[in-house]
Amino acid sequence: MVAELTRDEMLHNVKADYKYGFHMGEEDYAFKSGKGLTREIVTQISKMKNEPEWMLKYRLKALEIFLKKPMPTWGNSQMLGDIDFENIHYFVRATEKQGRDWEDVPEGIKKTFDRLGIPEAERKFLAGVTAQYESEVVYHSIREDLEKQGVVFLDMDSGLREHEEIVRKHFGTVIPAADNKFSALNSAVWSGGSFVWVPEGVKVEIPLQAYFRINTENMGQFERTLIIAEPGSYVHYIEGCTAPTYSSDSLHSAVVELIAKPGAHIRYTTIQNWSNNVYNLVTKRAVAEAGAKVEWVDGNLGSKLTMKYPSIYLMGPKAHGEVLSIAFAGEGQHQDAGAKMVHFAPDTSSIIVSKSISKDGGRTSYRGLVKVYPGADNVKSSVKCDALLMDEESRSDTYPTMEIDEKDVTIEHEASVSKVGEDQLFYLMSRGLTQDEATTMIVNGFFEPFTKELPLEYAVELNRLIALNMEGSVG
Amino acid sequence: MSATPILEIKDLHVEVEGKEILKGVNLVVNAGEVHALMGRNGSGKSTLSYTLMGHPRYVVTKGSVKYRGEDLLALSTDERARKGMYLAFQYPVAIPGVSVSNFLRSTVKARRAVDIPVKEFRKELKEAMAKLGVKDEFLSRYVNDGFSGGEKKRLEILQMALLKPEMALLDETDSGLDIDALRTVAEGINALANKDNALLLITHYQRMLDYVSPGFVHVMQAGQIVKSGGSELAKELEAQGYDWVTKELASSGSSK
Repeated sequence: MVAELTRDEMLHNVKADYKYGFHMGEEDYAFKSGKGLTREIVTQISKMKNEPEWMLKYRLKALEIFLKKPMPTWGNSQMLGDIDFENIHYFVRATEKQGRDWEDVPEGIKKTFDRLGIPEAERKFLAGVTAQYESEVVYHSIREDLEKQGVVFLDMDSGLREHEEIVRKHFGTVIPAADNKFSALNSAVWSGGSFVWVPEGVKVEIPLQAYFRINTENMGQFERTLIIAEPGSYVHYIEGCTAPTYSSDSLHSAVVELIAKPGAHIRYTTIQNWSNNVYNLVTKRAVAEAGAKVEWVDGNLGSKLTMKYPSIYLMGPKAHGEVLSIAFAGEGQHQDAGAKMVHFAPDTSSIIVSKSISKDGGRTSYRGLVKVYPGADNVKSSVKCDALLMDEESRSDTYPTMEIDEKDVTIEHEASVSKVGEDQLFYLMSRGLTQDEATTMIVNGFFEPFTKELPLEYAVELNRLIALNMEGSVG
Repeated sequence: MSATPILEIKDLHVEVEGKEILKGVNLVVNAGEVHALMGRNGSGKSTLSYTLMGHPRYVVTKGSVKYRGEDLLALSTDERARKGMYLAFQYPVAIPGVSVSNFLRSTVKARRAVDIPVKEFRKELKEAMAKLGVKDEFLSRYVNDGFSGGEKKRLEILQMALLKPEMALLDETDSGLDIDALRTVAEGINALANKDNALLLITHYQRMLDYVSPGFVHVMQAGQIVKSGGSELAKELEAQGYDWVTKELASSGSSK
């Protein structure tokens, strides 16, 4: 009697037939805003969505902040300076209608989703699907047991319509519009994203998943996600992104706010694979109240420039935060990623593990902050950064910042930079693997501490993406 | 006239970082033969094995190597492996994050050039593991990562059992093994030797040869094979030491 396949066997039993970088030919847009950003466009977005007056005011205020705020001075100023804000569509509506059943989803969109494997994924273990096509959610379903548990899982636009009070109470409380230039931009023009509310004590057993895609040239995507876990609840939210390749630059600037109330546990998993002309400038922040736990599992592939530093504010005693991230930078790409842990309360703990690979002249940076406020004693924090360089032209930098204003703390920091070893390649090639196969295997192994945290199908997708990114590499 | 030898090395000269290590090696290995290559540390034994497998740091400056009549030196390392060359490493490197089972399946797939169904492969794997006394938990560990010396050597032999090489080079496979592990590994090697393949055991001790009996024994010294004989040569070496060869060669004037 032969047992079922193990996870390891399934993960490495994948045919390399995955293709990304496609885009659908015939696209029907119900509405596409003109290029550029004005009060009129912001007002139009709000009106089209029939939003309450307070949200319109919020957007317009954010727009003012955006216009006044200078560009960030960290990350990659040269690349940031190349963004042409006047040449971007800030709002595109793919279809008027929101589909709840697969049958209701328009045919062209369905094809895209078919290629992404969504229906199959759902059959297997999807709890609910919120797949973002263009700026808005078109397909959305929640399994009945979730509804019975009282869990709300909607796109953000519907969340605002159907749960206005919860949204109003929490929206922008973790990341105010004025936080930085791009959070202000998002606050002005946000569209789509997910809204999750988990009632007290409810454990959501199956991960909630969302797929995001950018599919229109020069279109900015500004999704807004808000996840609220009431005391003692648990939720795992997953998003994976693939994007087609286009000739001119796209801007993706999301805001993600997580609120873990006392004793709650939120895990947020992302794999992003933007095409290599996308600016991916994302603000992600969580608050963890007493005894709460928040984990960011964050994978960054693709894009031209990514600037992303998932943060956790540990607000109450015994709160715990973890950021586990990987970054892969190829030719012409800069992954400026990291994490921030801010300890406001005693007995809080945090772990940051960051792994990056640079190839063909690509650049990765780890930029991190651990801050401990006075009075937050008995804090434990550990930071570990490993960088792997594939060739001489590639680059990796580490910018760790520690601001410790309390004596009774334990802080660990480890950083390493290594190169793919000639002896590892020789060993694998002496077993018959080609240089590409050998390199891919070494890279997959390097990312394994990250991959093993992913649900199987995401792990499979990640391994395929890495294999594609390694093609033709010279070790 | 016999069949084409599996391996035919002629006047092989090899440099490592500009320094000549092999200075004219000649050796012929036929199917069904087990050879032992003995010599002190630094005599060039491991250099020969790395060169035959095509390590980029080992540069052939003169001579030729034929594998089943084909120019071996024109092939890349992975091509050599897929055609049936195998090197059991003295110090196999760790590949962190890569499980033994994934590694084995990938290499077997490469060698056989066909995709083997997962369950079929697992059955074959379990049988090979049982013969070598390798535990199941081995499979989920990362390749050579934190392995003891004995575990590394077992993994090398397990790979050999699965890859079924035609020409296997075993570089100091006996070093770092206690007597029980040595016996198990040697039994594994014996089980793999057959009339169609050939083994070249590289060692500087006799003790491996108590379990794996070679038909041919060669002594290497300063980058050359200076003496060849049958299994009795290994016993003589064990009794009299390598100095004996040096002296004998000096008196007969055949060295150099």
